[in-house]
Amino acid sequence: MSILINKDTKIITQGITGKTGQFHTEKCIEYANGKNCFVAGVNPKKAGEKIFDVPIYASVKEAAAESGATVSVIYVPPAGAAAAIWEAVEADLDLAICITEGIPVRDMLMVRNKMKAKEAAGGKKTLLLGPNCPGLITPDEVKIGIMPGHIHRKGRIGVVSRSGTLTYEAVGQLTELGLGQSSAVGIGGDPINGLKHIDVMKMFNDDPDTDAVIMIGEIGGPDEAEAAQWCKANMKKPIVGFIAGVTAPAGKRMGHAGALISGGADTADAKLAIMEECGFKVTRNPSEMAKLLKAML
Amino acid sequence: MKIHEYQGKQILKKFGVTVPRGIHCTTVEDAVKAAETLGGKVWVVKAQIHAGGRGKGGGVKVATSLEKVREYAGQILGMQLITHQTGAEGQKVRNLLIEEGADIKHEYYVAALTDRATQKVAMMASYEGGMDIEEVAHKTPEKIIKVFIDPLVGLTDEQALTLAKGISMPEGSIAQACDTFKKLYTCYMETDASLAEINPLIHEGDGTVKALDAKFNFDSNALYRQQEIVAMRDLDEEDADEIEASKFDLAYISLDGNIGCLVNGAGLAMATMDTIKLFGAEPANFLDVGGGATTEKVTEAFKIMLKNPKVKGILVNIFGGIMRCDTIATGVVAAAKETHLSVPLVVRMKGTNEDLGKQILKDSGLPIISADSMAEAATKIVAAVK
Repeated sequence: MSILINKDTKIITQGITGKTGQFHTEKCIEYANGKNCFVAGVNPKKAGEKIFDVPIYASVKEAAAESGATVSVIYVPPAGAAAAIWEAVEADLDLAICITEGIPVRDMLMVRNKMKAKEAAGGKKTLLLGPNCPGLITPDEVKIGIMPGHIHRKGRIGVVSRSGTLTYEAVGQLTELGLGQSSAVGIGGDPINGLKHIDVMKMFNDDPDTDAVIMIGEIGGPDEAEAAQWCKANMKKPIVGFIAGVTAPAGKRMGHAGALISGGADTADAKLAIMEECGFKVTRNPSEMAKLLKAML
Repeated sequence: MKIHEYQGKQILKKFGVTVPRGIHCTTVEDAVKAAETLGGKVWVVKAQIHAGGRGKGGGVKVATSLEKVREYAGQILGMQLITHQTGAEGQKVRNLLIEEGADIKHEYYVAALTDRATQKVAMMASYEGGMDIEEVAHKTPEKIIKVFIDPLVGLTDEQALTLAKGISMPEGSIAQACDTFKKLYTCYMETDASLAEINPLIHEGDGTVKALDAKFNFDSNALYRQQEIVAMRDLDEEDADEIEASKFDLAYISLDGNIGCLVNGAGLAMATMDTIKLFGAEPANFLDVGGGATTEKVTEAFKIMLKNPKVKGILVNIFGGIMRCDTIATGVVAAAKETHLSVPLVVRMKGTNEDLGKQILKDSGLPIISADSMAEAATKIVAAVK
């Protein structure tokens, strides 16, 4: 097993005809069972056409109805990305994965509150991963997003992180030590996003095929601390934790819109302290993440 | 993106918030003329820089005559204003705001910002205004009243009243205070702000509620649709190297250490900086070259890093995914040659075409030190600069 996606997942690509969408869709199709997983694309102007042998539909609703897909991945440019998320939600998909970087925060605020209002009114809940994330992968089964497939190896370690390349770093270290991954999830670097560390930790906890987890965070926001508190009371599996940004100055946005120290509780030091107190094995040396985890198995 | 107080007040005024009458100027002569135009007997001469704490640093003075306006404007214009937000070297004052005096009965605080935990807009207000809100939050958190606004609904009458009563606004000013909060919220949303702060908000003797200061931050992701805000950008207030870097789509922030670092990805870039510190040195910058680094981009990144005279060594850390290591290696070699690199350079490359990349570095004939892990790279660069 794995979390969120597996070899049987059927996926729609929103923004499949754009430069980024095309590039990554091709790589995703080439990876493991991708050919059978990526079943539809969306572009209202190119409905009826095909790309990489994948049929293109005018809307997500139509694509879902025709293909049976339950997951979508979004490469739509920033100005239209929140609307693309909402389209996936309105089509009642299980999961929407938004790769797009640079979406205005106000757009994300509006769409997140619309999603919550829909759920509160009894509508179907669509999970959102991202935006501004690398996506997620279940090695040897399916890859949805922009991560390099070849560094992964099938196994029993879960990885969750806000940062793309830092996820690859952890995965690369694990693979080098012979430890495969059950799933690796990038939740994204934006301040207003969908799935948070805590949500992904819950899934890894419930997944019988995950034995341990590397949880990677960054400065800014309350999410890692919230996840740590939950893990302290509920998590049955060993966790290695790292927080990037010990050297980051307050008041400066460190690349990610979400990586900005605002108060005192969201510094790297404060988060590392909470995680340690909650039973994580924390490290200040990101080169050691996999080594520490191996020692705990 | 940040703006000046005088610009912030123009925005507030546009959305209907009452602000003092004031005139922006850049010379002493214009400052005196502004005071004459405003009339009255009391004026406030305010330094305009993008940092807070201006009053404490001597950048805000109350003048009771035109001679005093002249004197203070002369003192403040051109000074290096040092506040807790400017750093030790301070910020040069190029702009002034001359304002009419206000009949301050009490100073409050109010701000709107996006709350990540609730995914709503938080509006917070306090009876204790005019001072550093972080100090209030630390000493007397119970004095800060917060409401969380659903953007699908907006600030409700009830929430506005909770804020106004919570900060003990006098009865006669409550209606205007509620109105001010609503307008502040509308302004926050419509301008794509990430922070809109009025500190202090005051009530005057006749009950008028007025914004005596205005501080805004704007979401850089939304600037494409905020032309009016973009027009207010003052590049003099920003770091020249950071501006130069942004032209090449590089995220760069200068820091105080002596090891320049060039990394792909914001999280990995921070992790690299942290590793440098862990092994005994300090990073000179944060630099994320992003996902699609070209030779040109890497060369520009080197140039920007090397402009900093404190840089005594460079660490390149790339996790090649979509971006191949051989592409980066070619870029690094070209950049090192073009910039006549004279400081030690350690390169750590992982991922796609790693071996090919390492070979390119080796064949370049340049004294590039190679490393396999971040820790090894940091150890080597720290040793090389000592």
